[in-house]
Amino acid sequence: MSVDGVMIDAHHGQSVLTAILQNAGKIRDLEFNGEPRAGFCLMGACCDCWVWIDGCRGTRACREPARDGMVISTRPSDFPRP
Amino acid sequence: MTRIVIIGAGPAGMAAAIELAKAGLSPVVIDESPRPGGQAYRKPPAELDLDIAALLGREYQNYARLHADFAAVMPQIDYRPNTTAFDIGDNEVLAHSGGRLEGLRYDALLLATGAVDRVLPAKGWTLPGVYTLGAAQTLLKEQGALIGRRIVFFGSSPLLYLAALQCKKMGGEVAAVLDTNPFSGKIRALGKLMSSKRTLSQGLSYIARLKAAGVRIENGVKPVEIGGEGGVSRISFLDRRGALQHIDCDAAALGYGLRSETQLAELAGCELAYHDVFRQNFPKADADGRCGNGVYVAGDGALIGGAHAAELSGRLAAIAILADHGTAPRQDGSIPAIRRQLERLRRFQEGLASAFSLPFHGLVDLVDDVTMCRCENVTAGELRGAIRRNFGAKEVNRVKAYTRCGMGRCQGRYCGIAAAELTAIELGVTRAEVGQLRVQAPIKPLPVSAVFADRADVEHAH
Repeated sequence: MSVDGVMIDAHHGQSVLTAILQNAGKIRDLEFNGEPRAGFCLMGACCDCWVWIDGCRGTRACREPARDGMVISTRPSDFPRP
Repeated sequence: MTRIVIIGAGPAGMAAAIELAKAGLSPVVIDESPRPGGQAYRKPPAELDLDIAALLGREYQNYARLHADFAAVMPQIDYRPNTTAFDIGDNEVLAHSGGRLEGLRYDALLLATGAVDRVLPAKGWTLPGVYTLGAAQTLLKEQGALIGRRIVFFGSSPLLYLAALQCKKMGGEVAAVLDTNPFSGKIRALGKLMSSKRTLSQGLSYIARLKAAGVRIENGVKPVEIGGEGGVSRISFLDRRGALQHIDCDAAALGYGLRSETQLAELAGCELAYHDVFRQNFPKADADGRCGNGVYVAGDGALIGGAHAAELSGRLAAIAILADHGTAPRQDGSIPAIRRQLERLRRFQEGLASAFSLPFHGLVDLVDDVTMCRCENVTAGELRGAIRRNFGAKEVNRVKAYTRCGMGRCQGRYCGIAAAELTAIELGVTRAEVGQLRVQAPIKPLPVSAVFADRADVEHAH
């Protein structure tokens, strides 16, 4: 699967969050001030691990099973960078 | 035929479903997760091959029994995992699953929605590597992974010790357990804690085992800062003598008890009432969980009580549903016994809440630039400004309106309590007087695709 264009490997059964954090120290940059975030509650309640799947679907990375061929963005494509 | 919908497949929802199925009914049970068990009895994915018995210790027997009993009734009930309830309409639950909207009409609705960690902000708490206690446990059970290599556990909760022990069992290094409560506070609550001697001794054994393993445990601490560049590298705190100390770590797990998920109860029209010991609102219900208008509550979503209490309250709520919808009540005397046991467990939880109190006074010392609302990036200074300004906020919903605190994706789950406590401190009033953040639907993120897709109305089995 790819994260912001970079291919990464994941194991079957991993969440998107675990797959990303194995390869990077953060999930995303907060849209307001660019500070790094890596999730918080890991149970689908805080939405700190918010990512966008396949260009348009916002989702909680901790709840989303990693799947072969997934295209993940850590920011929505038409938001300006802070 | 009575249409029964249960929201939540944790111990309360599972126990209620089993009880209803035994009486010949077919409740719909919906749950956001892919597998039943909720938080405490979270079922690891089969392919992980996790030794859940080792992780749960003495709790394993209850866990295994409940899962087995639930599996046995699954053919009879309508269990719908990966289904997220996000609103309650007129006798109807609105949920989405797999990008589709679903409507579930009900005659009786049991809300077994559980709880999440209660948190207080600290400087640096948004850094990568900072998680809740529940998060540390969830990651272990779902992914067989640790939040870091060298973890500090801090806050105010018996879960501090359990989570630390579980991490240690899985090969993690526990740098320290930092408990904000002075040791004396726990002794004072001993009276209430004696109502459940077995659980008390279990809790004390966690502490003893951590000490025997050489883990550093500190009481009476005050968190000062979680430091690091791009990720956690150390925790700074004042120890019980007031001395500033630092501990190197690469992850921190924090928690200050539990926060009940009452959003659906509120949307369903239940009245909420402030509970002074737990310092949060719970739905008003009778001893068996009746809220009125066909709505029932059980488990931690009704009142913080733990997994055993959740099971018992789930059974009582199911029995109440049966009684209210035409089934003659049991005459075997088991109901009073269940009520007594539940009462004892709830008294114990009140004792725990007193022993592990919420150190809300510490919010006074939060510097202005500390993030209060993680989702909308609202600082403590902005909250204070909203209260101190002309026509300043006098209650927490106005604070939300002025600052956007609580308007983000978590909908106030992780900022609402701290915002209310800070507001009360600023105004010099009691916590009860500043209210709690009001609920808005959808209570969980709702994909736009579901809104525009064709809606499925879930038929009840007969």
